[in-house]
Formats: sequence, C-alpha cells, structure tokens
Amino acid sequence: MNNDMIDILEDRKDQIHRTGAAPYAMDCQKRSLAGSVSQRACVFCGSRVVLYPITDALHLVHGPVGCAAYTWDIRGALSSGPELHRLSFSTDLREKDVIYGGEKKLYAALTELIAEYHPQAAFIYSTCIVGLIGDDVQAVARKVERETGIPVIPVQSEGFRGTKSTGYKAACDALSRLVGTGPTHHLPDHSINIIGEFNLAGEAWILRRYYERMGVHVAATLTGDGRVNDIRSCHGVKLNVVQCSGSMMHIAKWMKDTYGIPFIRASYFGIEDVSRALYDVAEFFGDDTVVERTRDLVRQEVKAILPQLSLWRSALEGRKAAIYTGGAFKAFSLVRSLRTLGVKTVIVGSQTGNQEDYELLRELCDEGTVLIDDTNPLELQKFIRETGADLLIGGVKERPIAHKLGLGFCDHNHERKLPLAGFEGMVHFGREVYASLQSPVWHLTYRSSGPCKEVS
Amino acid sequence: MTPSYVSTRNPCKLCAPFGATLAFLGLEGCIPLLHGSQGCSTYIRRYMIGHFREPVDVASSNFHEQAAIFGGKSNLAEAIFNVVKQYQPRVIGIATTCLAETIGDDVGMILRELSSKAGNVDLPALVHASTPSYHGCDAEGYHAAIRAMVDQLAGNQPGADHLALFPGMLSSEDLRYLRDLVEDFELPVIMLSDYADRLDGPTWDTFHRIPKGGTPLEQLYRLGGARTCLELTSIYEPARTGGGLLADRFGVRHVRLPMPIGVKLTDRFTRELEAISGRSLPYRHAAERGRLIDSYVDAHKYVFDKRAVLFGHEDLVVSLSAFLAEVGMIPALIASGGGNAGRLRRAVLSAAPELEGHTRILGGVDFAEIEEAAVQVQADLLIGSSNGYRLSRQLGVPLVRVGLPIHDRLGAARVMHVGYRGTQQLFDRIVNALLEARQDGDPTGYTHM
Repeated sequence: MNNDMIDILEDRKDQIHRTGAAPYAMDCQKRSLAGSVSQRACVFCGSRVVLYPITDALHLVHGPVGCAAYTWDIRGALSSGPELHRLSFSTDLREKDVIYGGEKKLYAALTELIAEYHPQAAFIYSTCIVGLIGDDVQAVARKVERETGIPVIPVQSEGFRGTKSTGYKAACDALSRLVGTGPTHHLPDHSINIIGEFNLAGEAWILRRYYERMGVHVAATLTGDGRVNDIRSCHGVKLNVVQCSGSMMHIAKWMKDTYGIPFIRASYFGIEDVSRALYDVAEFFGDDTVVERTRDLVRQEVKAILPQLSLWRSALEGRKAAIYTGGAFKAFSLVRSLRTLGVKTVIVGSQTGNQEDYELLRELCDEGTVLIDDTNPLELQKFIRETGADLLIGGVKERPIAHKLGLGFCDHNHERKLPLAGFEGMVHFGREVYASLQSPVWHLTYRSSGPCKEVS
Repeated sequence: MTPSYVSTRNPCKLCAPFGATLAFLGLEGCIPLLHGSQGCSTYIRRYMIGHFREPVDVASSNFHEQAAIFGGKSNLAEAIFNVVKQYQPRVIGIATTCLAETIGDDVGMILRELSSKAGNVDLPALVHASTPSYHGCDAEGYHAAIRAMVDQLAGNQPGADHLALFPGMLSSEDLRYLRDLVEDFELPVIMLSDYADRLDGPTWDTFHRIPKGGTPLEQLYRLGGARTCLELTSIYEPARTGGGLLADRFGVRHVRLPMPIGVKLTDRFTRELEAISGRSLPYRHAAERGRLIDSYVDAHKYVFDKRAVLFGHEDLVVSLSAFLAEVGMIPALIASGGGNAGRLRRAVLSAAPELEGHTRILGGVDFAEIEEAAVQVQADLLIGSSNGYRLSRQLGVPLVRVGLPIHDRLGAARVMHVGYRGTQQLFDRIVNALLEARQDGDPTGYTHM
C-alpha cells in the first residue's frame, strides 16, 4: 500500500510509536503543532466539557458569540431535573466592548440572567479576548455574588492559555470554590462521589443503580446530572471514584489534600472494567454485605449479557479497530471491550493522554499497534490504510474520516445518545460495533474491492 | 419581550470566521486556516461536520500566550509551512479571529514578508480575510472572504466571456442546480464560491488529502473579464461584497438580486439570464416552472393564511418571505441573528411589498427573543435551522428545516431552496408538514387528505 506521499511532520514524529519496536517515550501533553489540524479544541473547550453538565448553574460565556454558539446543547449530558445547562448564554462582545471593556456588559448579563433563571451558582467562562482586553472578571463576580447571594465563579478558560488539559484544570479550580461549602450530616456512611462522569445518555443513572444495589450511596456525580448543592456537600464522602481521570484528577487530588478523602481510578466501560470498578469500591468499604451484594450483581449482570455478546463475537472475530479518544483512560477500556467482541485494536490514540497512560497502553496492546498522541485527519487516514482497520471509534469529527475511507464508525464521545457504560452499556456497544461492521452498505463502497490505495 | 437584556441567549447566528471558512472551502485545493486559538478551528470543523457529514479540515495557527502578547506572526508562518507539507494545497485561505484582530496582527504584511522570504519553498496562493468574531455574523464573514478572494486573487487574464455567479451561503445541491441552470442558457459560468462537491461528495476510491471540487484558481484569475456578475444578496451592499469589488476594480457589470426562491424571484433571476445570454428560458426549466405553479394551485387551500415563523441568515429569510407571500401564506414573524434590522425590513418589503402591516420583522435577535415573539403570532409552522427544534416542541408545530445548521436530519447538503426546482421541493415539504400536522392532530385518522 502506497503511503509514501503522506509525510508525518517532523515535529510530530515523537508523538507516534509502534508497540514492540524499540523502547520509546511518548512526547505527549504538549501544545498542538500550528497547522497540524489537531482534533483538539482549546482551553475553553476543556473547561466547558467538565462543567457543562451542572444542570442548575448558569453557564455564561464571556466573549464574542462563537464560543457559546458552537457549544449550545451539543452534548448528551442528561438531567433528572433542571435543564439550565442546555441553554447557551453569551455576553456576545462587540467592537465597542473590545475597545472600552466588557465588564459592564458582564455585570448586566449576570444580573439579568440570575434574576430570570434563578440558578444555584453561576460560572463565567473567559474566552480569548477577555484575557486581552483586561476585564476584571473577578471583581465583577465578587460584586454579583454579594448582590445575588449565589456563588459566582470565574473560569480562567481563555483559549490560548494552554491546551484542553489546562481547561480541565481551570474547571476543577472553579469547582473547588464550591466543594466544602455545604452540610454533610445527611450523607450515609457508605458514601462516594463519582468524578469525571458526565451522565451521557443517562450513564450516571446506570452506575447509581449499581451502587444502590451494592449498598453504596452516591453523594454527587461530578459533574453529570450535577447539582450545585450536591457539589457543595460532596466533601462528606469516604471515597472518590475517578472515571475520566485526565479531566478531573485535579479535583480528586485537591480533595485528598484538603479533606483527606482517598480516591481510586475506575472505568465503567466493558465487562472487565466495570466489574473491577464495582469490586474496588466494595473492597474499599470492607463490608462483607457490600462485597457479597457486589458479587451477586456482577454475576447476574454478566450472565444476562454474555450470550448476546458471544453471538456477536462469533461474527466479529478477527476484525480490526482504530481508537481515537479525548482522554486516554477510556481507550484502555475500549481495547478490552473490543477484545470481548473478538475485535483487535490496531491503532489507539488520544488527545490528552500522559506518558503513564501511553505506557499502560503499550503494555495492554498487541505488538505492532500504532500509538498516537494528538493526531490529525491525515495521520489517522495513513495509519487506517496501513493497518487495514475495519472500524474507527471516536467522536463526530472523526466520523467522516472513517466513512470516506469506507469503514465503520462508532461514536464514543460526548455527543452520544446511547449509554455505553455498565453492563447494559456493553450490550449497546456490542450492537454498535456489530451494526457498524456488518452493514451491507460496505459491499457498495470502493473498499469492498480492497482499501482505497492511491494518493491523489 | 424584555429589551433590557444584553446577553445573547441561544444565538441565531454563528461567528464570522465560520462563514469565511465555508467560503474558502469552495475554492479548489484550498485549506482554510484560522489565525487564532486551536478551538476556533476545531469548533467550526465540528459544527460543519455535524451539518455536512463530510471531512472538513481546517488548520489553526494555535496561538499561545507569548503569541497573544507579542503577535502571532511566527505561529502563522509555522502553520502555513506545516499545512503546505501535509496537504500540498493550491491555496490557503486565512481568516482572522477575535484574538488575532484584538492584538492587531497585520496578516497582509505577515504574508507579504513570508512570500518574499520563502525563497525556494514553493508557497501556494495565500488569501486572507479579516473576520473578527466580535463583528457581524457568519454571513458577514462569508462575504468578507469572497471579497478577499476577489481582492487578492481575481485577475484580468483573457478567457471565455463568462458570467460570474456569487450565490451566497446556499446548500451544495443549490449550488449544483444553479450551475446547471446557468449552463442551460449556454453561459459559461464561474461560481464563487462552489463547495458543492467538496461538502457533498462520494466515498473515496482513491485517498484525497483535499477532497475534490471547488472553484479553480485559474477561473479566479479570469474573473475580471466576466461580462456580468450576478450576486445573490439583498442585504449586503456592494461596498462589502465580492461583486461590488469586481465592478469597481474591473468594471464588470454588477447585478444584485435576492436569492431566487419562489416563482417571482426565480423569474427575476432567469429573466436576467435570458437578457445576458440572449436565449429564452430552456424548455426543461420552463416545464419545472409550470409544474411548480401547478402544485401551488393544487395546494393553495392547504397553505392559504397559514402563519409561519421564519429564522435564519438575512438573505435566506428575505427570499423565503417573498415565496411564502406568493402562495398565500403569512410569514408572521421574520427573524434573523444578523445585525441590521433596518436593512432586513427594507429588503423584505422590497421583495414582497404586500407583507407591509402583516408581519413582524426582527433583526439581530437570539432564539430567546424569537421564542418570546413566536408565542404571540399563532404560528402553524416554523421554517429555519435545526436550532428551532426547541421552539417547535414548545409550540407543538412542525419545523421545516432549511439553511444551516441542519444537524438533526440527514442530507443537509441536499436540501434545496432556490430556483423552480428548489422551490418545488421546499413547497412540497411545507405543504406535507402542514398536512401531516393536520392528519396527526385529527381524531378521525383520515387516510386521504
């Protein structure tokens, strides 16, 4: 297969490796190369994804309209109550604000929106130009906080101030302003927080039901189906369970330092990982009843789904998949989940993984797997064609890459409408993979006569 | 209404770099590059992919803190060189963002310096538009990019005596149809910009760095020799459009027309084509026109006096208003996120004077304001982008999806709006949406409507 004409940019060569070859260190967690067409967004995006699912807070984007417009109701983060998070609020800065400053507009917007929508807290996201025109967002926030009596929290998310990971940190810093400000006496003994779980398609509810069956109380989910008051009181738990660790490890570490709450990492995707997560929590409490209930739960759930998964496995055995995710931790689970379905991972990458993540991936994956950090469309296409992958798992931006090349695609990103977490999520995932690979439409695309080869 | 609001709630517009990116995607072999933060490119890509379901590669100069303080020159240069290495584009279309504009980067000067220093590196054509996100909206950015292409790329090279067609922000299928229509008058046409195939293409037999399609550079070099430039806008005045500049610089005859939606506005367009070509409306288009009017007759009572809420970019809603008026519907509320309420009102009443006193026209509004106004007009249906779905649920009336974005249905690129054919599709969809609502809402469950 001729890939000669796609050159990897010199400055990106240390972000691409093959397992089994010479030892290497992934050169990750750095800025995207200008002009490389990274699939990442910016600092603002990192903050926005972390805080977005807090349903009863006002999320005001301070800047020109674009940043708010492109993030209006784009995620599948469900709420069991208020839905304020699904609206888009922007100060919509114009020329004169850029010249004279946006503070007055920010103040007026906050005052009016808080009066109209009665949020429990307000987050102010600073966008690029707010950092440049020098608005004193802190001062405005303090003033409005005094006047309205609700927490008004600036998020330092100017797009250029770093990478998407910087935005995660800024969001966690903002959250730490809320944590510890509410009562905890109402929390039962076996209480945990689920951190880095965004309730996409109701996934937090699935997990909450598992924990209830085990006898463990979920005090707060950060931030899926989030409520300000739950977050204020979430320092009353015994354990933090961190799922999307790339985005929210900061807050778990901060709570450990501040309140002495231990944390464990967990993933709820795939039979192995969800079982492990539930057992880890049960073992933490060291309560025999809880452990026993957990065993029953896992046994029942696995028994219920295995026959269906085996059926799909027999059809899918030997197929090859490429994975490109935001955080790397999810990629581990995907490699394992695909294995459950008989599908081998040949490419795996992430936008924001760290060295430790990539080392774990190297250990987990078969020899010859391509590991890529902060990749771009051309590289993905190159490696898909080189490895002969049949399936790409990613987000909306990756979908057309797969489809143009004539291979299946599964959405495992924030936009998804299908719960993929937990045991029932694994069934959905299996069906997704099966439908993506077994659809007869691929017999009509050019790839049916061999992967598309030439470069034009 | 609460006019004291200063914030924008659920915007009915996108930012200017979005429109510029779309315009650049219609240039053959072009990679758009946004001079700003990485997020600008990625969000705009994501939004476009949601609508078109096609690959949309947009590069970024990816500002960092030093660049924001000392200027983004080296970032822009690095981005250009990396885009060249990866994509080997024929053109790079650079649009600025709020960040680059606020710190005052002079992109023109940076590019001139870069070209003079490039030495033996073969640089593609570079074109740049100034599109600060704090000014105007997506449509404004689109026109700024078209004007920039005329300014920096159009030439007077000899060639066929062609028509320059500047269609504005339409669907891929609209663009394809307009090209066919003009060519059926045996008029050679240069269309700017033409993203029809780039943003609605087949799966690939061969791998493409940059998908096929778009206006070739060679055509731009000949643009100054056009016999006429037809520009489909009633909102943007010549001082801000590509057509206006083409007229000023090359003396090209410039004709501005509203987007041709409905029989009357399409007649204006085809009459112009008749005049330019010296040929009468070709039979198959005359036949389409005939069938369209026949369907108006068949359906007139289904639509008569039905009240619609329209929203979208200004040029689209102006022409949709005139179309609704000619079939006996009432565009009770005409709304746009675009900035100039006065121009919008004048354009609507000029295209459909009979609407005077029967419609409410709101410019520069967001969906919160549209929702507040819409509950008062007793609408039977909504016509606009997917972003109106919330309102459609709230009012319990159907939404006929037009314009951009359509990110909750398949085939956004193939939704037609213009010409006899596009109007036919639109009219059928509107009538059927009304029939469906009536059928579903009726306890009898009629099987014949």
